[in-house]
Amino acid sequence: MPPLARRNLFHDKVRLIVTVTGIVFAVVLIVVELGLFVGFTETTSSLIDHSGADLWVTSRHVPYVELGVPFSERKLYQVRAVPGVQEAQKIISRWSQWKRADGRQESVQIIGIDADSTLAQPWSLVQGTEQDLKRPDAVIMDEIYKQKLGVSQVGELFEIGGHRARIVGFTHGIRSFTTSPYVFTTFKNAQVFTNVPDDQAIFILVKLAPGANVEQVRQGILGNVKDVEVFTSREFSHMTQFYWMFTTGAGVAVLLAAVLGLVVGFVVVAQTIYATTVDHLKEFGTLKAMGAPNSYVYKVIITQAAISAVMGYVLGMIVSAFVVRASQSGGAAILMPWPMAVGMFFLTLLMCVSAALVSINKVTRLDPAMVFKG
Amino acid sequence: MHPAIAVRELTKTYAEGASGVPALRGLDLDVHPGELVMLVGPSGSGKTTLLSIMGCILSPSTGSVQISGKEVSQLKQKELAPIRLSHIGFVFQGFNLFPTLTAGENVELMLDLKGVRGDAAKTRAGQLLEQVGIGEKYNSFPADLSGGQKQRVAIARALAGEPDIILADEPTAALDSHTGRKVIEMMRELAHRNGRAVVIVTHDSRLLEFADRMVRIEDGLIAQPVVEVFAEMLLRQDPGVAATTA
Repeated sequence: MPPLARRNLFHDKVRLIVTVTGIVFAVVLIVVELGLFVGFTETTSSLIDHSGADLWVTSRHVPYVELGVPFSERKLYQVRAVPGVQEAQKIISRWSQWKRADGRQESVQIIGIDADSTLAQPWSLVQGTEQDLKRPDAVIMDEIYKQKLGVSQVGELFEIGGHRARIVGFTHGIRSFTTSPYVFTTFKNAQVFTNVPDDQAIFILVKLAPGANVEQVRQGILGNVKDVEVFTSREFSHMTQFYWMFTTGAGVAVLLAAVLGLVVGFVVVAQTIYATTVDHLKEFGTLKAMGAPNSYVYKVIITQAAISAVMGYVLGMIVSAFVVRASQSGGAAILMPWPMAVGMFFLTLLMCVSAALVSINKVTRLDPAMVFKG
Repeated sequence: MHPAIAVRELTKTYAEGASGVPALRGLDLDVHPGELVMLVGPSGSGKTTLLSIMGCILSPSTGSVQISGKEVSQLKQKELAPIRLSHIGFVFQGFNLFPTLTAGENVELMLDLKGVRGDAAKTRAGQLLEQVGIGEKYNSFPADLSGGQKQRVAIARALAGEPDIILADEPTAALDSHTGRKVIEMMRELAHRNGRAVVIVTHDSRLLEFADRMVRIEDGLIAQPVVEVFAEMLLRQDPGVAATTA
């Protein structure tokens, strides 16, 4: 086929720029909003996803990880007695108040762990080790929140819940979905920082013995320990994600913005491709008069849309990559996993081709007799 | 042998208001292979409507239309497209070339519709442009061609479909008289040498001498053939001359 679609498209460069700009705008908007959605979603459950636990034991009716309700430490030993449990550790996850050197207070999420365990350890450490948490009053926080919490280096002293805390290390990229950064410390320190009584814990994390059946162990715990619920990490992760992303409406708002991007892109592309089609209406009439079937004309229009889509996608992804990279140092990470990047290509193609349907409808109704009308 | 085009009792009424506007009112016409027919008549007489119906672009209200022996008057638009592609080549008053394609690519487009692609299409397009005398303009865009050259490209494009019938609507209207004559001479050759049926709608009386037959249309009907009118005039003046002419 002679390059009619490409030539028609590149013939009017101003219109081409408008079309591609519209697609780029839509692609960037959709990527940013979907990236925020993915980033937020992963952030809400990052503690669970990185815990290394197979099961989470909670008090009854705990909807998400930030809202744990204390229960007796004795349950830890009851859990350990269940066949198929290789390791079980108690942890605390609770809000407390961080007092900066300048006297300002910030809310933080205290994560109290056993530094000798393999479960719920701080990940992505860039300074200090888990063993440093054994030092008196030791805490590890993420370097993203240094400014927010008024921290500049290891060794600095602060107050958490009215008690002394010493920075012994930093992680990189452990974000909190809420405005309260995660602060890792030992279980004992966490009890002090959050006023959880000595004999209480918030969650029990369970690692299964090799070959143990998850469902059997879950039923074993439920049969052996009263007034608890047991979730797989995946279940608890989804519950937490669902709560923050949909119950609070935060995720819906982000998704709506992504849909808005799609609509904007559709309208811009539909309008410009339609205008291009109208400009070349006489040519399409000539094609039909020459005996071209409608499908041949559709092919020309869809090819125009597809070329626009590819150009807009490539440029849009380049801009998006810069935005994604820039977001890594901020409090809200925009993530672009490769399936999303691939999916965006097909979404862009779908958006442009469906936008071309408006033009196709126009050409379908075109009377080839127009060629004799001067 | 079938006529290339045979129309019988053809009517066409355009919907306009309650009554409609009749454009053709019971018209019979045959056009044979190897014949160049010129349709003449005043504006609004129905020439272009007739050409559109013969070209399978427009459907008649009533009557019969046969293209190379095949009845097409009842076919739907979707069914008419392949008939146009197989049998009919068009040459338009305004050339109707694709401005973003070169002369060669304009011809290749028609070949593409016929399923000829790649190097074979380029070679054939080059041959056709040579045939109409502008082989060197293969890579020129229509904007860089003169009116006569554009019409030659349009003729080459029409020929690319290897049609039995060529229909031309005022093909010389946008050309100077010299170029117009050249174009019509070329079309006459297409009829006589290649056995194609060529129908030309024209207002230009200077071109009538090239016609094998002239058909005058008035008010949607075929008026008495011009050649017969001419013979009658001669007969009144000098019966002997009229006998020689006949």
